[in-house]
Amino acid sequence: MSDVPKPDELLSNIDYRPSRTGWMDTPVDIQKGIYSYAANPKSVEYVGLPYPRQWNPIEEDWQLPENWKEIISKGFRERLDRFRSVKVFMDICVRCGACADKCHFFIGSGDPKNMPVLRAELLRSVYRNDFTTAGKIIGSIGKNFKKIIGARELDLQVLKEWWYYLFQCSECRRCSVFCPYGIDTAEITIMGRELLNLIGLNIDWIATPVANCYRTGNHLGIQPHAYKDMMDFFADDIEEITGVKVEPSFNRKGAEILFVTPSGDIFADPGTYTCVGYMMLFHYLQEKYGFDITWSTYASEGGNFGFFTSHEMMKRLNAKMYAEAKRLGVKWIIGGECGHMWRVIHQYMDTMNGPADFLEEPVSPITGTKFENAKSTKMVHIAEFTADLIKHNKLELDTSRNDHLKVTYHDSCNTSRGMGLLEEPRYVIKNVCNNFYEMPANTIREQTFCCGSGSGLNAGENMELRMQGGLPRANAVKYVHEKHGVNMLSCVCAIDRAALSASMEYWVPGVEVTGVHEMVGNALILPGEQKRMTDLRSEPLPGMEEDDAE
Amino acid sequence: MRLNNLLAQGKTAIVKKWFVLAIGTYPSDTAKFLKRQKDPFANPVGRTIYHGLEALFDQLLEDMDYEAITSFLDPIVRIRAIQNFSPSQATNFIFFLKDVIREHTQKEVSEARLFNELLLFESKIDKLSLIAFELYMQCREKIYELKANEMKNRTFRAFERAGLVSEIPADTPDLVNINICKEASSDT
Ligand code: SF4
Ligand code: SF4
Repeated sequence: MSDVPKPDELLSNIDYRPSRTGWMDTPVDIQKGIYSYAANPKSVEYVGLPYPRQWNPIEEDWQLPENWKEIISKGFRERLDRFRSVKVFMDICVRCGACADKCHFFIGSGDPKNMPVLRAELLRSVYRNDFTTAGKIIGSIGKNFKKIIGARELDLQVLKEWWYYLFQCSECRRCSVFCPYGIDTAEITIMGRELLNLIGLNIDWIATPVANCYRTGNHLGIQPHAYKDMMDFFADDIEEITGVKVEPSFNRKGAEILFVTPSGDIFADPGTYTCVGYMMLFHYLQEKYGFDITWSTYASEGGNFGFFTSHEMMKRLNAKMYAEAKRLGVKWIIGGECGHMWRVIHQYMDTMNGPADFLEEPVSPITGTKFENAKSTKMVHIAEFTADLIKHNKLELDTSRNDHLKVTYHDSCNTSRGMGLLEEPRYVIKNVCNNFYEMPANTIREQTFCCGSGSGLNAGENMELRMQGGLPRANAVKYVHEKHGVNMLSCVCAIDRAALSASMEYWVPGVEVTGVHEMVGNALILPGEQKRMTDLRSEPLPGMEEDDAE
Repeated sequence: MRLNNLLAQGKTAIVKKWFVLAIGTYPSDTAKFLKRQKDPFANPVGRTIYHGLEALFDQLLEDMDYEAITSFLDPIVRIRAIQNFSPSQATNFIFFLKDVIREHTQKEVSEARLFNELLLFESKIDKLSLIAFELYMQCREKIYELKANEMKNRTFRAFERAGLVSEIPADTPDLVNINICKEASSDT
């Protein structure tokens, strides 16, 4: 893409005509900027995944175990038996193409193998060959006949193609919204990645966070004392801005509620300002209503990169939040602004680790609202919790403190398509700020476009891929930026906050990224606070610029 | 400026042809989609290219305002700079206009001897390509910057604000930062 070509490559390079071969005959070309680095063997080993080794995706030899084909074939068979959905998805696609142009990676890259139907076909072609009667009979006649029924044998090239394109799918499920049969390519990717993990083919941006999370409780490998140090620092910040000292409690046994949030909120900008927002909200509720909540430095991660590895790994990492809830003896859990953490809880937790029958059905101690949707998982999204507080008039808010912001809202794939959280964040935003503008209808809610970096693809080395995938979302932001002067893109997901920041820097400079609770923190009037001169980012509030200069 | 009139009259056809050649740099299935889907939010690449080329053609017919040209050219180049193209492939679409124009005006140019005007117009296209190259490099530099700063910008900055990394030089490699942070924080 960007490397200067050697003289003999130059002539072929300036030929602009793309290859005209059919997809099966177009060999995979692993490009810099698109692929992510291979998993560090130490991380693979740490969580007991098979075949840890050094390998490099752009080298010919991937150091595969000798019997890799056998392993994959067996794994494929097992999963077809285990997941009815996958078996059905393999069989029923009629290749109507309704999903083809709905994937942000196809739209942004222009690479046809990023069409969801072709992404699935990468696996389906092998399925037809190995697991269907037609495939077996026709295959025995000759190789050329296979193509007619869209079947092919699994060889090294095919495997590389799987790896390359399964790590260009963010498991966002947008394609499934448009499929008349409800085929969910994300599930096919999830299964495909599981198969790749059987022979040690993960990417490091997933494997190392998983290992870290398993060991220290969060993706970044931050230990409890550093977690607390960061929060102490946030408390100082709050005191400076509001004059109010907040004192969050940690690992406190007997608290009513446990709070778990993605570690990005503690350790990565701009999520840190969202964390400050949570702290202010909890303090306010404690002062006014005797709210009783504790943070945990052990369940210090809401996110779950295990979800991008295998069902077993997802289960393992999800379990630690519940184990901590049990250890502390809380009644229920509030979860912070996160995306895939919620997809795991909403879609998988109950059958994986649930029911969490040692916890109580969540009831807001302040409004008495029963969160029936969380009856079994016992975990409530903070956007739901806060929306309920506002609805019952329990928060004192000065919305003018967000008047410098013109806000739009990005639905995270996981909270919108994965759990149906559409109205609550919007309700909160509209109640804490005065300027809110929606992006075009075919880019939000159920049809939202992925940030471009979900499912563990938010590494640095694959920045071109991230920008390709991020284009459709950014394009819609650009529209409201130009039309309404939108300068703030809000979201309720930690990966969004990190990924969209880079995306905005490239595609729509002038738009920053925020969590919803950062804006709550700006507006919330703390008991006994001093006149605020700045927002939570220490930027002067509207009308305070001059006071600031004095 | 007879050539200009001729081109202005043929604008719709010329831009359309230019667009078709430009999207011909994508695989055929993709090109079909880029051409067919007219919703700018469902098809940002196709629509950005189409509107950009249209506006650029107007600029070529007029005085070539640098600011205006960049505002139309940048979105196209910005997209192609992160797609799977080499630098020359990413910017070659500009030169396709020469072919389109030669074909479109062939008869009139030779009959009415408009060669000078044609040369003049073509040198404007050359200028356009130079601007495209500048923009392309800016986009690539931005990508490198994003790659280099990805970890530092977000995580490192948060730690730095918290005063947890005071002794660490700013250019420490990504993962090392975190390990040292831990030590640094245990000293405090
Ligand atoms: S799940 Fe999302 S990223 Fe994956 S193929 Fe479907 S639309 Fe594309
Ligand atoms: S929309 Fe559904 S049935 Fe149609 S090609 Fe896509 S996956 Fe297959």
